Amino acid sequence: MPEHPEPKAPALSSVFQRVHKDVWSGALFALLSIAVILKSRSYSIGSLSHMGSGYFPAMIGVAMLLVGVAIGAGGWLARPARVEKPAAPPEWRAWFLICLSLLLFVTFANHLGLVAATFATIFVSALADRGNTWRDAAGLAAAIVVFGVVVFWWLLKLPLPLFTWE
Amino acid sequence: MIWQSVTDLWYGFGVALQPQNLMWSLIGVLIGNLVGVMPGMGALSTMSMLLPLTYSMHPVPAVLMLAGIFYGSMYGGAIGAILLNLPTHAPHAITCLDGYPMTRMGKGGVALSITMMSSFFAASTGIIIMVFASPLLVKVAFEFGPAEVFAVMLLGLLAGSTMARGSPLKGGAMTLLGLLIGVVGTDSNSGEERFTFGLPELTDRVELVALAMGLFGVAEFLRNVNRLKFAGAEMKVTFRDMRPSTQDLKRSFLPILRGTMVGTVFGAMPGTGPTITTFIAYALERRIARDPSRFGQGAIEGVASPEAAAHAKTQLDFIPTMSLGIPGDPVMALLLGALLIHGIQPGPMLITEHADIFWGLVASFWLGNVILVLLNVPLIGIWVKLLRIPYRYLFPSALFFIAVGVYSSNNSLFEIYEVLFFGVVGALLMALDFPVATILLGYVLGPLVEENFRRALVLSRGDPMVFFERPLSAAFMVACILLVAGQLFFLLRGTARRKAVQLNA
Repeated sequence: MPEHPEPKAPALSSVFQRVHKDVWSGALFALLSIAVILKSRSYSIGSLSHMGSGYFPAMIGVAMLLVGVAIGAGGWLARPARVEKPAAPPEWRAWFLICLSLLLFVTFANHLGLVAATFATIFVSALADRGNTWRDAAGLAAAIVVFGVVVFWWLLKLPLPLFTWE
Repeated sequence: MIWQSVTDLWYGFGVALQPQNLMWSLIGVLIGNLVGVMPGMGALSTMSMLLPLTYSMHPVPAVLMLAGIFYGSMYGGAIGAILLNLPTHAPHAITCLDGYPMTRMGKGGVALSITMMSSFFAASTGIIIMVFASPLLVKVAFEFGPAEVFAVMLLGLLAGSTMARGSPLKGGAMTLLGLLIGVVGTDSNSGEERFTFGLPELTDRVELVALAMGLFGVAEFLRNVNRLKFAGAEMKVTFRDMRPSTQDLKRSFLPILRGTMVGTVFGAMPGTGPTITTFIAYALERRIARDPSRFGQGAIEGVASPEAAAHAKTQLDFIPTMSLGIPGDPVMALLLGALLIHGIQPGPMLITEHADIFWGLVASFWLGNVILVLLNVPLIGIWVKLLRIPYRYLFPSALFFIAVGVYSSNNSLFEIYEVLFFGVVGALLMALDFPVATILLGYVLGPLVEENFRRALVLSRGDPMVFFERPLSAAFMVACILLVAGQLFFLLRGTARRKAVQLNA
């Protein structure tokens, strides 16, 4: 590992860490379940003997609500008991680049072709790792482009043009 | 009956030995072995990456290859656990406890060869049981109506979520989330679109490959980036180091038998993954050992028994997956998904209708295990070297393979958005300590659960007692209730104990 600066907890995350993780998990889950239940009501519910398309999802939603509340309550009760190990510092730059690399694949595959999409995906995601320099990323991307073209385009006949301009 | 099984098996060997099938099985085993050794790459992500490649293949080699990846990775995982103290694969977490101390004592090679022996023995036992038990199970399976199918699937879902690592409640939450994701798409009964949010690409369900790659690929990369450099260190294992002494063999003989037994008993229970069996096997060995203090210091029994249990369980897991259509764990769920994609409905009819797949698979297990033993002896040195591929090269390349793999499954770029979505969601859920693997279980079983639930209640005219009136279904429902009650009991007892501790302190 490259030398990490000691994780200094910023003000916001200390608020989050003061409450047990499970409280957040439960709350998140309960919120999602309410959305599911509301959405299910827009489909026909029907009766037990003739279930509409909303019945089963509504059932899942109710079960999710129960489980979510139980998780949250458990976390609340366990609050003072557990000392969680300090979380690793967030990797916003890396996370952003990894997500961006997949979005670039879609955009470039649509408009520029397989070669550009491959290069962009690997170049951008490789930069997410602090151990890679620009040159490392470009080298890795170039190598995988060659490999990708041979294997996927030439051998497996992937129906994407190598180069295009749209 | 037994004679029938033997002739069927003979036929299976004929299928598995066809050059094309043998080749794909070998490729699967090799790839699985490789990814099993490497951290940050699991059988699940690899199988989902290679799933699209199998679309154009004949179903038999496709399934043989996917299954090969699975048990190949089981062998590979033990290597990382023993030599580097790295549990790359959950069932091998226990193997680290005594395997790595053995390596530090210079007996890593012995630990590896004992592991291979116990794996091979246990897998063979599992296969034999599979051969003879499957036809019996099929007989039972023919009695299954919608109520029984629903009840047994409910049991599988409950067992899968409570036996997963971590809190059973959170496992249950993930199973429910999986069921919900399984609902997305067109309702098969009414034709109504559910949870598609107006996106035409979602009417045909969420793509299995995209879901699996998001959860087990992208989510892992998001979590590991800049936190994992590479696993390996310099390590040399020669052929001579691997020869166990007679004392080693004597010591591990009974643990292998006991481990196999534990794996077999749990093999019959759907939803209990191989991880739990290894914990039980290890605990059993420690309990009956004359000197329990040796455990954790490099006791060979602590390697032999859990490994045997994991491999026996792994083989037996294929029985409910293939003959009832109920996967025991997420890997099996993925395999089940692959069968469905190839238009093969797992269930009691599979063994008779697709005899080539079933018996070919059984025979290929044996061949695959022989190949693995032969391969691993000379290849261990190479695996150890491969452990030193830096993660900073590994994950960008894997991201590209994921993108191409998902695209090629339906020639649709939209599914890459799905991958990204599930990757971010998966990373978030993992950060909150949710066991995301059970999502896959819920997703694969979801439509079958809903279908059978609806059908059973249509037949009973809306009377929910139908699940308790038919004997088989009632038995499964009782098992479900016992499972939940047992979990509640442990939960309450745990809380009570913790309170007592706090009061005393």
